[in-house]
Amino acid sequence: MPEYAVLIYEHVAPEDLPAEVMAGHEGLPDRIAEAGGRTIAGFALQEPSTATSIRGGLLTDGPFIETKEVLRGIYLMEARDLDHALELAGMTPIVEGGVEVRPLLGFEVVEDS
Amino acid sequence: MLAATVRVTRDLDAAEESVQDAYVAALEAWSRDGVPERPGAWLTTVARRTALNAMGRRRTLQAKLPLLLEPEADEMDEPRDDDAIPDDRLRLVFTCCHPALSQEAQVALTLRLVCGVATVDIAYAFLVAEATMAARLTRAKKKIAAAGIPYVVPGPADLPERLDAVLTVVHLLSTTAHAAPTGEALVRADLAERALDLARMLHALLPSEPEVAGLLALLLVHHARRATRTDAEGRLALLEDQDRSAWDSAAIARAHDLVVGALRDAAPGRFTLQAAIAALHAQAPSYGETDWPQILALYDELLRLWPAPVVALNRAVAVAMVEGPEAGLAEVEELEEQGVLAGYRYLPSTKADLLHRLGRHEEAAAAYREALALTENAAERAFLSERLDES
Repeated sequence: MPEYAVLIYEHVAPEDLPAEVMAGHEGLPDRIAEAGGRTIAGFALQEPSTATSIRGGLLTDGPFIETKEVLRGIYLMEARDLDHALELAGMTPIVEGGVEVRPLLGFEVVEDS
Repeated sequence: MLAATVRVTRDLDAAEESVQDAYVAALEAWSRDGVPERPGAWLTTVARRTALNAMGRRRTLQAKLPLLLEPEADEMDEPRDDDAIPDDRLRLVFTCCHPALSQEAQVALTLRLVCGVATVDIAYAFLVAEATMAARLTRAKKKIAAAGIPYVVPGPADLPERLDAVLTVVHLLSTTAHAAPTGEALVRADLAERALDLARMLHALLPSEPEVAGLLALLLVHHARRATRTDAEGRLALLEDQDRSAWDSAAIARAHDLVVGALRDAAPGRFTLQAAIAALHAQAPSYGETDWPQILALYDELLRLWPAPVVALNRAVAVAMVEGPEAGLAEVEELEEQGVLAGYRYLPSTKADLLHRLGRHEEAAAAYREALALTENAAERAFLSERLDES
């Protein structure tokens, strides 16, 4: 099945998320599996203020692209096609913001040698 | 034929190449052996065979290339109503009008892949350079392949929303054809023809969808009145000044039947309501003898369903006809204050017309000037200049 990344943009910081939304995130891989997809990996990011960017060898404080939207996390999944991927990504609990679905060009896990 | 071939190749570019190859083969074979009994079927068979051969050669190379996906039957865990709607062209239309594509891309893809219009002609219709249109098409096709936009007719749950996107594209083609924002000719006959063909095809494939019937009826009325939208000198003629005897009465009668059928639906949609309004206009013996109260009632319903400022502006015209120009002007001025139609040329021109009727000539002239500043269409400019001279 094709692989997709789901980028989670959420205004509310993780510590302020209501308990049911947090529970919703935790149960997401199971719900995706029930709906015929498969979650491959997922990770949550620290606050954008903790980011450091390197641009042309120059260090700057903050995320590479300054936006109002805050990228909080990404998960990778398999889905049958874009319609299916959108259906699955739509199950992501969001308080204020949304998700972006991007097809993967490649995905590789580097094993310890 | 492209639709049938793309099912084999799952790749729009490869399918297009195969179809072109089939035409070349046809030229050679038919001039040698004569034209076969069913030329369309002949071409499709050759195109599919060419596609299969080409794919065999490229299979290893393409193993990692993203292809246009069509789920295999065993991959689908929910039944889709493919049996009810078997036509490949329908899948192609839904792929081209997928909401994951921009509306610009949807329109361009539909013209290129469903209607087979050459890129250069699409570029001309939308007043962009051929290279720009070619890039737009390439980007869209790349997205279909890379993102895995499926080549399927949506299931019953998604069908109404997805169908609305398809109908919107066809409607947009028609409105672009009938009121080109720039250029010399008010009506681009080719584009209007394509929109009508698409509506006919959709109605043939989805005969029980009332909104498809509604859209077809709407386009048929546009088509029926097309010849009279401009006068002999190519100037814009308003509905009230058009020669009603020159309207295509057969097309209007067909539109009427479609509207009556579509209105049987418990909750008529926006295309059915627009078609009902257009059909009422088309059947009236004159502008003054139009059933304006009925038209206003239909606009009330349309505005409730589709609260677009443009609908509200058209409704204001009906208000003026039922309750007088003063009441219509009040509606237009309210829209003007809301600022939602800023830059929309038909707002000042409607306002100017109502002011003119109320004998407020200086204000009318100012509004005509405002409308003139907003349009580049030569036919509309000539019309507005004439009105300005009269006011």
